[in-house]
Amino acid sequence: MLLWIAFSLMTGAAILAVLWPLRSVAAGVPAAASAAEADLAVYRDQLAEIERDREAGLIGAAEGEAARTEVARRILRASAEAEQQKAASKGADTRRRAAAIIALIGVPAMAGGLYLFLGSPLYPPQPLAQRLEARPDQTDIAILIRKVETHLEANPNDGRGYEVVAPIYSRLGRLDDAARAWSNAIRLLGSNATRQTGLGEALTTQAGGVVTAEAKAAFQAALAADAKDPKARYFLGLAAEQDGKPAEAGRIWGALAADSPPDAPWLGLVRESMARVGATPAPAPAGAVAGAPGPNAADVAAAESLTPEQRSQMVRGMVERLETRLAEDGNDIEGWLRLMRAWNVLGEAEKAKAAAGEARAHFAKDEGALGRIDALARELGLGS
Amino acid sequence: MNPEIGHYALVLALAVAILQTALPIWGARTGDAALMRVGPVLALVFAGFVSLSFATLVTAYVQSDFSVLNVVENSHSAKPLLYRITGTWGNHEGSMLLWVLVLAIFGALVALFGGNLPARLKANVLGVQGSVAVAFLLFILLTSNPFIRVVPAPAEGQDLNPILQDIGLAIHPPLLYLGYVGFSITFAFAVAALIEGRLDAAWARWVRPWALTAWAFLTLGIAMGSYWAYYELGWGGWWFWDPVENASLMPWFAGTALIHSAVVMEKRDALKVWTVLLAILAFSLSLLGTFLVRSGVLTSVHVFAADPSRGVFILAILIFFIGGSLALYALRAPTLRQGGIFAPVSREGALVLNNLLLTAAAAAVFVGTLYPLALEAYNGAKITVGPPYFNLTVGVLMLPVAFAMPFGPLLAWKRGDLAGAAQRLMAAFGAALVVAALAAYAQGGGPVLAPFGMGLAAFVIIGAGVEIFERAGFGRVPLATAFARLRGLPRSVFGGALAHAGVGICLLGMIAETSWNAEGVAGVRVGQSLNVGGYELTLDRLEPRSGPNYRDLTGVFSVRRGGVDVGTIESSKRLFTARNMPTTEAGIRTLGLSQLYVSLGDELPGGAVGVRAYWKPLVTLIWLGAVIMALGGALSLTDRRLRVGAPKPAKNKSAKKPENVVPAPAE
Repeated sequence: MLLWIAFSLMTGAAILAVLWPLRSVAAGVPAAASAAEADLAVYRDQLAEIERDREAGLIGAAEGEAARTEVARRILRASAEAEQQKAASKGADTRRRAAAIIALIGVPAMAGGLYLFLGSPLYPPQPLAQRLEARPDQTDIAILIRKVETHLEANPNDGRGYEVVAPIYSRLGRLDDAARAWSNAIRLLGSNATRQTGLGEALTTQAGGVVTAEAKAAFQAALAADAKDPKARYFLGLAAEQDGKPAEAGRIWGALAADSPPDAPWLGLVRESMARVGATPAPAPAGAVAGAPGPNAADVAAAESLTPEQRSQMVRGMVERLETRLAEDGNDIEGWLRLMRAWNVLGEAEKAKAAAGEARAHFAKDEGALGRIDALARELGLGS
Repeated sequence: MNPEIGHYALVLALAVAILQTALPIWGARTGDAALMRVGPVLALVFAGFVSLSFATLVTAYVQSDFSVLNVVENSHSAKPLLYRITGTWGNHEGSMLLWVLVLAIFGALVALFGGNLPARLKANVLGVQGSVAVAFLLFILLTSNPFIRVVPAPAEGQDLNPILQDIGLAIHPPLLYLGYVGFSITFAFAVAALIEGRLDAAWARWVRPWALTAWAFLTLGIAMGSYWAYYELGWGGWWFWDPVENASLMPWFAGTALIHSAVVMEKRDALKVWTVLLAILAFSLSLLGTFLVRSGVLTSVHVFAADPSRGVFILAILIFFIGGSLALYALRAPTLRQGGIFAPVSREGALVLNNLLLTAAAAAVFVGTLYPLALEAYNGAKITVGPPYFNLTVGVLMLPVAFAMPFGPLLAWKRGDLAGAAQRLMAAFGAALVVAALAAYAQGGGPVLAPFGMGLAAFVIIGAGVEIFERAGFGRVPLATAFARLRGLPRSVFGGALAHAGVGICLLGMIAETSWNAEGVAGVRVGQSLNVGGYELTLDRLEPRSGPNYRDLTGVFSVRRGGVDVGTIESSKRLFTARNMPTTEAGIRTLGLSQLYVSLGDELPGGAVGVRAYWKPLVTLIWLGAVIMALGGALSLTDRRLRVGAPKPAKNKSAKKPENVVPAPAE
């Protein structure tokens, strides 16, 4: 509200700047002297000054006389012009009215219009000091992170700080930072399932959805801490699938589905994954409450109709990006192995085979790399 | 303060500027005093809004308001307060706003102190000023808006380019802009005169002080920029013929010509039409300079491609103002009355020579700077026009300027006596010969031209003194009278002589530095030393330090000459963490008028560090000379007398019968 009042006052000042001088003339201020008359005034001043200079002895009598003659000549010329310039101004009232209307309507219309187009009047100012002092809430995430970062800079061994900030990094897509924060939290606070799965998930997302060896190790560590951790189990299943072991993936997911409470949010994803590898959802284990409703048919149908396409679309995009990157710089053996796995998972055996061939060409002189490529090709059943 | 207030103030300023363009000129055309009277009020209100807008932006920078995109891109909360303030104009958008602020302040000054101007002229001048403001505000608001906000606001900014984190940024751009924009006033006067079709006597009175003000600021701005580049870039050079430097040099040449031709116009009512043209050229080149620096039009054609809207906008502004004013000039100049005539050998003649040489120099720089750009745009060929071209063209043009400089003030108006002037300069000439001989003896076998150059510089400096002596009449009249006359001399005479001496001093520094500088480059370990120019620099220690937003490695050198301790020099390499960008902080020690310059290079294997050291004899004179020039301009500016150039009566008559003078014949 205050802002709008300020805007109005400023606009008012601009309008007044036009209206005020118009009015003062109407009130009877004499018209300006003509240009030639002003010239004459200047010349008369010059004459007076020459006289002063001569009296002060700054110029000789002769020079003074010459200068006076010079000025006198200019005066004669100016007087002649002044006579010609006595034209009166007509239509003054109409012009003034027009000017007033332009000021009254044009200024607000133009300034207001352009400002509404360009400005952000509803967005308050955000001086840094004020943001840092404000009570912490979830609205200013940038400041939240900044505070934690400042704190961690001063106390680099505060594992809690890393644990707080890591998931926020993940949410903002700062995956490098997220992975580093989770690692620090694990180093300082010890391993537990949440931290390890957080690390594994960050690494997996960073690798474009492929569970790398490092990520896999993290998920395994999570299971070591909590054998039932559903997220770690899901991703380990995914790792098995990407390693070309659909049967094992199906087994892991089957067990996960069997262990999960019937309303677990991840069940849809797990069942869909199982369908992908051709495993049938395992029957409810004996210990489960009999007659507990499983996900009904509609749920499954909805999940299947909605996600698989989108999911595979997304994965495919990631894999293609990886492929482009490797085409530009082929010296990344991990990248090639990931690409082979990824094509295999997507059911593109030919592409996986082609990737293996290209990788071999790139690492023709590297025995170790060749060995790994061949081993993976055998594992995925691509022939060699 | 809410950034939106600044944004709205800027938009409102545009509306006001449009009215300021339209109403007073309309009033002047119809002879309506009321409409003309609107001009000054609007100019003041305009200055108020622009100041408010600028203050808001500075506040956003000081408070690190990262909801403003411009602040995010160019500031960092860890920056010291001074650099948070200067960062406001250390970027394209902010610097454009500073430009408009200076324009607004100058416009307000015309409105406040233009009371004795003919109403019509004043109205037209303010109208033309308004049109310049409209063009710049449209450019800012539509293509370079500093008030654009960003949601959500980041918690930290990207920091200012480290090279700009220096006191130089606080001083250099504002000075340069005061110079550039100062020429907008003379431009406005010139165009106003063309619109009206007549050149008033008041016109001449007003153009000289404004041209002088702009010129003095521009001189300081260029010198400051040169010194800044000298100590911050770490190469030890003080002029690189870089396009950005050339951009400021062109208006300087045109402006220098302008202040001289304005003198002729004021005193002798001559060269009016030419002065109008120079006023237009000086501002046109200022516009070009502004845009060259900030938009990178020059350094790369591709900037146009990268941001077409901005490039096309700039081009349109340039075409409108330069093309428009020149067209108006072509149309109206023939109707302007030419001034008095004069003999080739006269004060006017000397000033015409000065004008011709200076404009030729400006043209040479213009061609050398823009030709590569035009060529690249035409067929993609990349060529570089380097120092050899500029030294040959500008250098050769400046030689006669320097040589003729002491002669001009000694010649009489209308018709002068060259032999007489030469005779009076014999003392200066003799002194110059002595200086040249001394220089030749001192350097042993150095560059052949150096003693000649030193002699020329001495000639210019002493020649400036001779003028004062001659005016006072020392040696011709009794000593007491001469002193009385010395005291009575107008300040503009002292100012002119001072500025001319400044040129000579500047020349002295340039020639000494280029001819006799010494350089030493070596990898040095702690405890080892390096010899340059007779000084022994020993690296005492290397220590890491840290500042608010950087870390650096500082080398501390002790300086000895012939075993005698002279002092220490600290030179460092800085790494600015936010942008991960290194800068060199050269260590400079001033010894008398000369300087030792040490710049630290990379760390070499084995604990050594690359060190580049220079001995720069008399180098400070380059900038000292420029400051003296500007002081001369300021001194001349305080002389607010009306001046009429009195032609000297013909000799044979005046000597006998001074009371019976025949005035010089009219034109």
